[in-house]
Amino acid sequence: MKTLLVAEFREGKLREKYSQLIAFAKGLQTETSMFLVGSPTDLPQFSGTLFLADVAKYGEYNPTVHKQLLLDVIAKEQPEMIVFHHSSYGWDLAPRIAVALKAAQISEVIAIEDGVPVIPVCNAKLRRKITSKTAQTVLTLQAGAFGMEEDPTGTPTVIQIDTGVTGKVQCSGYEAAKLEGVDLTKSEIIVSAGRGVGKPENIAIVQALAKALGGDYGASRPVVDAGWVDHDRQVGTTGRTVTPKLYVACGISGAIQHLAGMKKSDFIVAINTDKDAPIGEVADVFVVADLKQFLPILTEKLLAR
Amino acid sequence: MNILICIKQVPDMESKFKINAEKNWYDRTDLAWRMNEYDEYAVEQAVRLKEQVGDADLTVLCIGGDQVKETMKKALAMGCDRGVHIADNDAYKREPIEIASMIAGFAKDKNFDIIFTGMQSQDRGSAQVGVMLAELLAIAAVTTIVSFAFDNGTISVKRELEGGTKALVSATMPVVLTCQLGLNTPRYPTLPNIMKAKKKELLTIAPDVGSSAISQETAAFYFPEKKSGGLVLEGELPDLAEKLIHLLKEKTGVLA
Ligand SMILES: Cc1cc2nc3c(=O)[nH]c(=O)nc-3n(C[C@H](O)[C@H](O)[C@H](O)COP(=O)(O)OP(=O)(O)OC[C@H]3O[C@@H](n4cnc5c(N)ncnc54)[C@H](O)[C@@H]3O)c2cc1C
Ligand SMILES: Nc1ncnc2c1ncn2[C@@H]1O[C@H](COP(=O)(O)O)[C@@H](O)[C@H]1O
Repeated sequence: MKTLLVAEFREGKLREKYSQLIAFAKGLQTETSMFLVGSPTDLPQFSGTLFLADVAKYGEYNPTVHKQLLLDVIAKEQPEMIVFHHSSYGWDLAPRIAVALKAAQISEVIAIEDGVPVIPVCNAKLRRKITSKTAQTVLTLQAGAFGMEEDPTGTPTVIQIDTGVTGKVQCSGYEAAKLEGVDLTKSEIIVSAGRGVGKPENIAIVQALAKALGGDYGASRPVVDAGWVDHDRQVGTTGRTVTPKLYVACGISGAIQHLAGMKKSDFIVAINTDKDAPIGEVADVFVVADLKQFLPILTEKLLAR
Repeated sequence: MNILICIKQVPDMESKFKINAEKNWYDRTDLAWRMNEYDEYAVEQAVRLKEQVGDADLTVLCIGGDQVKETMKKALAMGCDRGVHIADNDAYKREPIEIASMIAGFAKDKNFDIIFTGMQSQDRGSAQVGVMLAELLAIAAVTTIVSFAFDNGTISVKRELEGGTKALVSATMPVVLTCQLGLNTPRYPTLPNIMKAKKKELLTIAPDVGSSAISQETAAFYFPEKKSGGLVLEGELPDLAEKLIHLLKEKTGVLA
């Protein structure tokens, strides 16, 4: 079997996470090559063939151009599996490839069990194993699910690729994340508020618990999107990845994108009214309770110690 | 402008899920249903665009059984002009490419300038339908937008990338845009608008499934395991607090 890994390049740099693709391919023990629209001076450490289009010539992500470059390589190499990250690059490009190849696409793969991809369903409350019925299969891998190749080594054999295609959609630049306040990556104790807090006034009870524990407060995305908490404090794939000694998730369901940002915490406490909430998959202690009643009691007892 | 918004009806994610008899999907009885969260942003953005340009016609489309009409009425009450319901009791089983083909079958001769979809559905979560639809219609697609502006025929959006970075992207019409959480603040339909929505056109049409072959099959469907060794605490709140403090003292160094 042949596998083609699609690495990413952004803002002038190779994205380090390509090593997750290598770790995934190692697990399958297939013949592996890699595709990258990147720079010949910033190559992945990978001992295999790298099909490289020069970013100086083609620019950073442009769907039409990258699709054509990739389809040309696929036509030549005939890989059975084309593997992307489940990322802003992967979920944008992968379906275009799947349509062109009439191949099955399996998105956000979190594991391979007995050779079959597993994906989350219903915000991670359920799991589905999917078998592909097509000769070629397109996969996107959930961030972090397959670990990192610890010390990637090797030098790729570079095959330069080109295309004459141009695209309709133009990326004119990037806007950096606004991070001027607290840096949660340095916090040892984090208490986070999720949509379960219900209304902005209830953020205060989460803050009070964080203070009583001597830690910082964070939040899940909907709470940040609603403007109740600053973006600096968002935990997850589009916020911060944190690894505190204690993480307390209050009214947070535990969607994959949130878990990716906090599951490496040493000790995780979940406070949730829904016993089946997927946060239970990572929680060391799951307190089934209404946070509005429970947090003030807990805070009071902590302060009275 | 001629605008299409694709919405899906999904269960409330806080529902108590059960697995169906065939063991390939969740049991669809006894669930509370609502509009896919991502699609609420799509509807809201379309309505705002109409408010901005005045001359726009908003068609909301949903594929599913009869029950999806409830969700479509919400979109009409939020401000869409007309609804197209593609009647298909098997929609929940369909692969993203089949759903995309059905939408493309409807949209291909309608000259939509912009098609808004959600970036993903909360239940199936494939994040494929929007992009596949664009590919089938051979038009551009920009995914995961968190900001949208329309000026003189040009669309400027911000795509959300990882770690909070955004890409600034401009596109011309026709285009498919897939909407991400936080794009706007979806409105709640007001009572007068709910009443008005009842009079809006909601057309049910037969599906055109086309010839797309089955490309994938569900091999297993199950609940994930809870963390092994994880404790579940239930009971009186003061007791729970005592127990939790005790556990934190015992298992972590943070209460020293
Ligand atoms: C590309 C992408 C990137 C994303 N990035 C992020 C990210 O960086 N961070 C992030 O957090 N999300 C992110 N998300 C969103 C993510 O998928 C979820 O939508 C989000 O994490 C849900 O937040 P939540 O758990 O607070 O809300 P919900 O999923 O709505 O959960 C609320 C929880 O509160 C519980 N609850 C309700 N009332 C109470 C009460 N009174 N007491 C106790 N519990 C209660 C409920 O049982 C439920 O479990 C991203 C999504 C996408 C598609
Ligand atoms: N049954 C459906 N009817 C109409 N639109 C749908 C349907 N299923 C998915 N979509 C659209 O496609 C988007 C992505 O869905 P998915 O690829 O399933 O994650 C959704 O946010 C909707 O906008």
